[in-house]
Amino acid sequence: MISHPRFYWGETGNIWTQPLFKLPIPASRNLVPTGYGYVLPDQNGWSRYLHFQAAWVVVLTGLLYVISIVLDGHLRKDLLPAEGDFSWRGLSTAIVSHLRFARPSEAEAWSYNLLQRLSYLFVIFVLFPLIIWTGLAMSPAFVSAIPATVSLLGGQQSARTIHFFVSLALVLFLLVHIGMVWLAGFRSRMRAMTTGIARTRMERT
Amino acid sequence: MTELPSNPPRNLPPHKLSRRKLIAGGLAATGGVLGLGVATRVAQGYGLIPPDHGGIFGLGETLTYASQRLLTRHSLAREFSRNQISKRPVANEIPPFGDAFKRLQAGGFADWKLEINGLVDRPGSFSLDQLKSYPPHSQITQLACEEGWSYIAEWNGVPLSHVLDIVGVHPQARYAVYFSIDTDWWDSIDMADALHPQTFLAYGMNGDELPVGNGGPLRLRLPRQLGYKSVKYITRMTVTDSVKGFGKGLGSASPEGGYAWYAGI
Repeated sequence: MISHPRFYWGETGNIWTQPLFKLPIPASRNLVPTGYGYVLPDQNGWSRYLHFQAAWVVVLTGLLYVISIVLDGHLRKDLLPAEGDFSWRGLSTAIVSHLRFARPSEAEAWSYNLLQRLSYLFVIFVLFPLIIWTGLAMSPAFVSAIPATVSLLGGQQSARTIHFFVSLALVLFLLVHIGMVWLAGFRSRMRAMTTGIARTRMERT
Repeated sequence: MTELPSNPPRNLPPHKLSRRKLIAGGLAATGGVLGLGVATRVAQGYGLIPPDHGGIFGLGETLTYASQRLLTRHSLAREFSRNQISKRPVANEIPPFGDAFKRLQAGGFADWKLEINGLVDRPGSFSLDQLKSYPPHSQITQLACEEGWSYIAEWNGVPLSHVLDIVGVHPQARYAVYFSIDTDWWDSIDMADALHPQTFLAYGMNGDELPVGNGGPLRLRLPRQLGYKSVKYITRMTVTDSVKGFGKGLGSASPEGGYAWYAGI
């Protein structure tokens, strides 16, 4: 991204073609005219190695996670909205209490609210599949075997642009997620996530 | 809203990390590591381990290379229609040429030679005219740079497999190592890529001579990998069963500079 902070739509894109948009940052390569007059240090080598290794971690743990939440009922019990959740009243109550920064009640330690469920489902079943798909669409070898991976997205540069926005969305989710964990009590939430046991103040007294 | 219990349920099933689970987990992890060892040996036998498999990123690289070798051994890079050819191909990073290049350029590259040696029956040199005398092939493919940009061009040349057939590659050959006239730039590919029908010794672009900025007079063209594997200005190729003796033994100059040897991503 820093080595070529220009984004395109379609199959090809380069310094001689019209970008969809440019990031207002200097580049780490001198090929790109950014107007900043200096070139950032280039870290593409090891960061690409790290990126693709991390991609394997995401794919493998992601598959394991999705299979396990389907099998153990976590998906059905805790993530899919319960029947009746989709009433306007339910939705508006959830949004209003969320916007008021209402701290989660003790009871909510045991269950996700509607907004949580919808955002988790979106991250698990939309953002992550999309980041993997658009990533594979940029692989010249992978698309040689399965060309639809890139043609369905409208081209290799379209895939790169979507990949960029989805990665922003995932980072945003991560930041908000950590923020909410912090608000809900960082230590107890971390403990609950690690051990699977949620202990509330009531229980400890 | 979801029905929330007013009080958290007290009689939850035990959900603690029991000793039994811990032991089972430990055994599974040990089995996994042993299995990985066996898998590595098998993969080695089938040529699924890249030369830069060491180090902290070696596992990811190996998984990528092995899975793509299995998936893409014979698949063809996407070809495009003539009207998708980029109006202006990008010519990047032209190195400061040495005297050898300048001398050949002054002679119109008439004396440019590609030398092929190593595990072959008939090592030899091929002039540009010789390469052009073989049945010409073309492909309209995309060149994607690891920086993020790309262009589409028609590449004219001769499939590397045609020339390798002429020199007669030994059956134990595993890699073709190729060198740019600028000796800092060299790379290698496995035989699946070397014999792939779209791997070209490219001497032309869009029906004209291959411009110097794009690698003329002679460039290896490898459309199923990123642009940096398509080394420009190649003068020498060695067919070998091991890349250990070349540079630091990582298969190309790329891993020495921190970049992956296999660039199919």
